Amino acid sequence: MNITIIRAGLVCVLVFTTSAVFATDEETLTHQLEEYEKRLDMLERHVSEQQPISPYKTGNEFNPAISVIIDGVYASYENNPDNYVLPGYSLGGESELAKEGFSLGHSEIIMSSNIDDKFFGQFSLALAEHNDEVEVELEEAFFETLALGHGMTIRGGRFYSGIGYLNQQHEHTWDFHDAPLIYRGIFGNQYFDDGVRATYVAPTDLYVELGLEAFAGGKYPAGGDHSNVGVWTGFVNFGGDLGISHSWQAGLSYLTADDIEREHGSHVHTGVAEIPLFEGDSTIAGVNMIYKWAPSGNSIEQNFKLQFEYFSRDEKGSLILLNSSPLEVSSLNSEQDGWYLQGIWQFDRNWRTGIRYDMLDSDNLGSDAAVLDEAGLVKNGHTPTRSSIMAEWLPSNFSRFRLQYNRDDSYQDTDNQIFLQYTFSMGAHGAHAY
Amino acid sequence: MHTKTAAAFILLVCLPGISQAALNVFTCEPEWAALVKELGDDEINIYSATTSTQDPHHIQARPSLIAKARRADLLICTGAELEAGWLPLLLRKAGNAAIQPGQPGFFMTADYVDMLEVPTTLDRSLGDIHASGNPHIHLDPNNIIRVANALTQRLIELNESGSKRYQKNQEQFIKRWQQAMAGWSERAASLRGQDIVMHHNTWPYLSHWLGMNAVATLEPIPGVPPASSHLARLEKRLNHDDVAMIIHADYVNERSAQWLSSKTGIPIVSLPASVNFQQGETLMQFYETIIDALMASGE
Repeated sequence: MNITIIRAGLVCVLVFTTSAVFATDEETLTHQLEEYEKRLDMLERHVSEQQPISPYKTGNEFNPAISVIIDGVYASYENNPDNYVLPGYSLGGESELAKEGFSLGHSEIIMSSNIDDKFFGQFSLALAEHNDEVEVELEEAFFETLALGHGMTIRGGRFYSGIGYLNQQHEHTWDFHDAPLIYRGIFGNQYFDDGVRATYVAPTDLYVELGLEAFAGGKYPAGGDHSNVGVWTGFVNFGGDLGISHSWQAGLSYLTADDIEREHGSHVHTGVAEIPLFEGDSTIAGVNMIYKWAPSGNSIEQNFKLQFEYFSRDEKGSLILLNSSPLEVSSLNSEQDGWYLQGIWQFDRNWRTGIRYDMLDSDNLGSDAAVLDEAGLVKNGHTPTRSSIMAEWLPSNFSRFRLQYNRDDSYQDTDNQIFLQYTFSMGAHGAHAY
Repeated sequence: MHTKTAAAFILLVCLPGISQAALNVFTCEPEWAALVKELGDDEINIYSATTSTQDPHHIQARPSLIAKARRADLLICTGAELEAGWLPLLLRKAGNAAIQPGQPGFFMTADYVDMLEVPTTLDRSLGDIHASGNPHIHLDPNNIIRVANALTQRLIELNESGSKRYQKNQEQFIKRWQQAMAGWSERAASLRGQDIVMHHNTWPYLSHWLGMNAVATLEPIPGVPPASSHLARLEKRLNHDDVAMIIHADYVNERSAQWLSSKTGIPIVSLPASVNFQQGETLMQFYETIIDALMASGE
């Protein structure tokens, strides 16, 4: 605005001067004009270089992006959720069912920011209530490189392992209220730990990502103290587009953990709880496939997602029932595997619906069948399965209501489960991960 | 061992895909792809992450996009939080140091123009608003000139050897563009002062340039689809005779616009929101299409 006024003024002066020196020759005029242009240029540069007058800064301009996730559920079960078991699998981690009736789910606070030109950082806290006590869990606290280049990224700190597809995603971004049974059975819902990760993206049109992780190994489904690395994982992901409307991703992953000391959920026998403790080695292999469709690649009104994951786990070692007297011990050679397949269809800007099917199998052998039974590792000829259906109403990008029904054949007595869940996201816009 | 063999195999399969060009340019929107094509030349490899029928707000950091961003020397996006939902993740996953914020390979076009509709209050109850202002800046041809000038400098910074060609292309493009602009302004002179209704606030730069008055939007607040109650109120409120047209992007669901049009008799003008770059359309042709469509409805 200032420049325009100055310019107008100068033109005015110029016109005035011109008329005053009407008699002078053209050359002088041109010279004068050039002179004025030069001065104008200088003035413009001066104005543009001037820093805006800054108001007093309170120091919060560089706050990280903060999002707060509020999540709650109303759960209804036909069976008692406290009696939930998964025959052939010894449960642990966060595998228990949501409390019957109204309860808060995982409320999360996620903060992230570029730390400087070389690093990005993310920090997330989950607050969840277990047995009437609010537990704060530090889920993520990691840094990640921005400037290594050549497709390389190093991440360090606490974070969700890159194995599988769903494992890396925050619970509030899942398409169902509960984790797939195989995640519940072998990861206690999700695996995160303290460690480092290196990923490499190949310079090709086909998306190829290779990843390697080393973790302390202190978190479920590993456990115990390790002087150096307790868990190694490796994964490779491929992906691409098929025309403009279709895209896909497929991945393989592998995890190996040695010298595990892992406690499982307790069985109470009059007074003192007998807690199954697994000591030994574990390997997990997984495969995942994702396919997405959106008409012309425009997912806002309609889109479809098909998701499949399979995991198998081999464990060898011994199983000890803590607090048993005399101490009951068994050898263990366990093979467990399972898969889920789900399809999600968004048929309107504000509505999504989806179905999911889960199936697990196991073959666990040990020297003392009674100990295995106590730890929940005997399947008694039952194959855990579950069918789920859900519908979501999405008033905006930041709010979601979900109604979900499970016909749960995890154990011999079929359970009918209904969840009514709300999830709200406040603050920074979460990224749309694939 | 198996992993090594697999890795070697993957590299072998993908090696032919590694191309050699002077500059690999990744654009978030097709309009910037079309612009950099004018300024660059055949030695520039251009990939646009979106097409003119996709909403750049709602894109996912797909594997194919990460693979393309991984090899880019220059990233051209609008900025102003238009790509906030996916670009930060894409940049983090790509492992490409050259296109990170602050690097010469990171170019946000909104940094070079004057933004319209910069909100004074930021509150999500006001819809999907952008703190930096309305991001649909490519719909004012004056902005194209501003961005073209800045982008030419950036291309030269990244590839000195091409500086003569880039400058020549820029001069020629700006000259042609200014001539075309004069033509468009002349043709669209009758639109000046006319009242219009928009579907989403995609078009304020266009209406600002042509001097049209946007009197209402079908979306009650940005990003929230029109509800029937809002449309009914709008139908009552609008002075039917004064509103010249309802403008909406051709990829958006037309239902609400059609309802209002059938009630009020106001014609609908369906406009492409951006350049159909993937089919070889140029920026010039895109603007011609827009002016043609606007004028056709006025007749």
